[in-house]
Amino acid sequence: MPDFEPVLLKRIHQPNSTALDGYRADGGYEALRKALGMTQAQVIDVVKTSGLRGRGGAGFPCGVKWTFLPPNHPGPIYFCLNADESEPCTFNNRILMERDPHQVLEGLIISCYAVRASTAYFYIRYEYGPSYRALQRAIDDLYANNLLGKNILGSSYSLDVFLHRGAGAYICGEETGLIESLEGKRAWPRIKPPFPAVEGAFRKPTIVNNVETMACVTQILARGADWFKSIGVPPDPANSRDAGSYGPKLYCLSGHVNKPGCYEAPLGITVRELVDNFGGGVWKGRKAKGCIPGGISMGLMTEAEFDTRLDFNGPGKVGCLGLGTAAVTIFDEQTSIVDVLHNICRFFQHESCGQCTPCREGTGWMLKIVERIRKGQGRFEDLDILAEVGNNIGIMPGTTICGLADGAGWPVKTAIRKFRAEFESYIRSGQRTSKPLPLVAAH
Amino acid sequence: MSALTAELRQKIEAYLPRYPRKQAAALPALHLVHDTLRCVSNEAIREIAEILEISPAELHDAMSFYNFFKEADNPLGRTRLWVCRSLACQLRGCDELLEHLSNKLLVAPGETTKDGAITLEFAECIGACEGAPCFLVNDEPVMDMTVSKADELVAKLSTMTR
Repeated sequence: MPDFEPVLLKRIHQPNSTALDGYRADGGYEALRKALGMTQAQVIDVVKTSGLRGRGGAGFPCGVKWTFLPPNHPGPIYFCLNADESEPCTFNNRILMERDPHQVLEGLIISCYAVRASTAYFYIRYEYGPSYRALQRAIDDLYANNLLGKNILGSSYSLDVFLHRGAGAYICGEETGLIESLEGKRAWPRIKPPFPAVEGAFRKPTIVNNVETMACVTQILARGADWFKSIGVPPDPANSRDAGSYGPKLYCLSGHVNKPGCYEAPLGITVRELVDNFGGGVWKGRKAKGCIPGGISMGLMTEAEFDTRLDFNGPGKVGCLGLGTAAVTIFDEQTSIVDVLHNICRFFQHESCGQCTPCREGTGWMLKIVERIRKGQGRFEDLDILAEVGNNIGIMPGTTICGLADGAGWPVKTAIRKFRAEFESYIRSGQRTSKPLPLVAAH
Repeated sequence: MSALTAELRQKIEAYLPRYPRKQAAALPALHLVHDTLRCVSNEAIREIAEILEISPAELHDAMSFYNFFKEADNPLGRTRLWVCRSLACQLRGCDELLEHLSNKLLVAPGETTKDGAITLEFAECIGACEGAPCFLVNDEPVMDMTVSKADELVAKLSTMTR
C-alpha cells in the first residue's frame, strides 16, 4: 500500500519531537480535551467500535478489556502501562516512547479517564534509559501544564502517572508478572482468574495495556473509529473467532535485511512486502531461508510462507502462534537453523521465571538437547523428544500458569516441523555442516 | 555505621507516597542503592527492608529473582557494559563480539575488570535491533557495533572516572 501515510510514526523525525510545545502545536492533547468532554462510557464505546486490539502480543480487543472492570466500583482503580517490551527483536514501543512520548501519554490519560483510574504506573524496562528520561521530562511538563495532576484541563478528573523501572526480567511483560513486580515481589505470574480487571495491582481492579495500544487510542480519539476501521483487514468470514485486524501497526524488521528498522504499515502487510518495500531486500544479495514473524515466541516461517499476511489471523494459518509483537527477523539461506533454534532456546531457558516445573525444566532440557545437536552429538530421536517437550509445556496443554512456555515451545515445534530435513542432515553429518555465523555486519 | 547515607534514605522515602503499599518501592529503592553503592549489601537490604516495613528475607527474595542486582561479593564496576545476544544480534555477529570482549578484558560475562572500570554482561534483547549488533552502556544503547568500534568503546570506558 504505497499511498499509506504513517500516523503513529508521523512525528518521530521532526526536530525536538519529544517537546510538549511542538506536540501541542501539532494538535496534541486536543484528543484528550475531546475525551474529557465525553462520558467515560462514550470514550469506551469509541475505542470498542474502532475494533482496536491490544498491540502487546495477544491481540485482545482493548475496549472489551476495559468493560471487564466491575461496574460502579468505589475505587481506586489502577492502570498499568506495560512498557516492559522484552520480546526479542521487538523495539516499536521504544521508538514511540523515545521519540514521541506525548502521543503515548495522551492515550494513557484518555484511557485512564475512560476506566476511571486515579493512578497509572508506567512500568518501563530498565534497558530503555533514553525512553525513561524522555518520559520523565514529558510527565514533568504535563504536571506543570495542568495536563496531569488535579483537575486536568479544568475538568473534575485527576490523575497521577508514575514511572516504575523494571530490572531486566522478560516475565514482567506478562501482565500479572508485571503487577507482582510492581508490588515489590518476585515477578511470578498469578493464577487466573481472577483477572487483573477484577483483582490486579494491590488487589484492586487494574487495566494493563501496551504502549502502542495507547498511541492508537490517541489517534482513534483524534480521528474517529471510522478512520481506524478504514485501515487493515476485516474479520475472516471463515473464522468466526477472528475479530478483525484494524488500524496501522508498527512492524520491527531486523536480521539479514539491508535496512532494518521500525516501519508503520496497515495491518495485513505480508512478510515479503515488508522485506522488499521497507527492508531493501535480503542483505548481500542472498535469499532468505525463513523468519520469525512476531517475536521469537511465535515460531518460525519458511521463505515459501513469506506471502502470509501479518494480521492477527495470518501467521496462525501457517502454524505460527499468532501475530505477536509483529517483530520480523529474517535469516538468510546461509544461516544454520540449528544456530537459530539454539539462540531461541537459550533465551527461554534464561528467562523462564522458574515458578512452574514444566516450563523451568522443559526450557532447560530443550536447550541441553539443542546444544548437544549443535555440538555434533545429536540423535534423530532428539528431534521427536524436542517436539514432545514443546507440545507439553504451556497454558494450551494446561501445564503452566502463563504463556511463556507456549512461546518457548512454539519455535521448537515449528522449527522441527518446517526444517526437519536440515536438522537431520546436520545430525547425520556428525559435525557442523554449516558455515559459522558471519563475523560482524559490514556497516 | 549504616550502609545507606541520609541522602539515599531520603530518596527512597520520597518514593513511598507513590504506592498504596510501601513494599512497592522495593525496585526503585534497590535501583537507587545499586546505582550509588555499586552493589546491594546484606546490610543495605536490612535497612531498605526496614524502610519498606517488610522482612529482609522478603526483599532479598524479590531482589535475587531479577539476577540484576549485584551483591557485596561482586560489586559493579564504574560502567556496566551489556552485549546483546538476542537473535537479531546473533545473526549479525554478537556472539563473536562477546567472546572478543571477554578475551580482551579477561573477564567472563557477569565479572568486572581488575581495574574496576568495566563490568561485562550479556543481555537478552535490549530492543535496539535496528542497530544490531548492539551494546548497552549502563542504560544507553550503542548500535551497529564492530570489533574495532568495541575496542574504541572499551578504551574510552577504561579511562573514564565515574
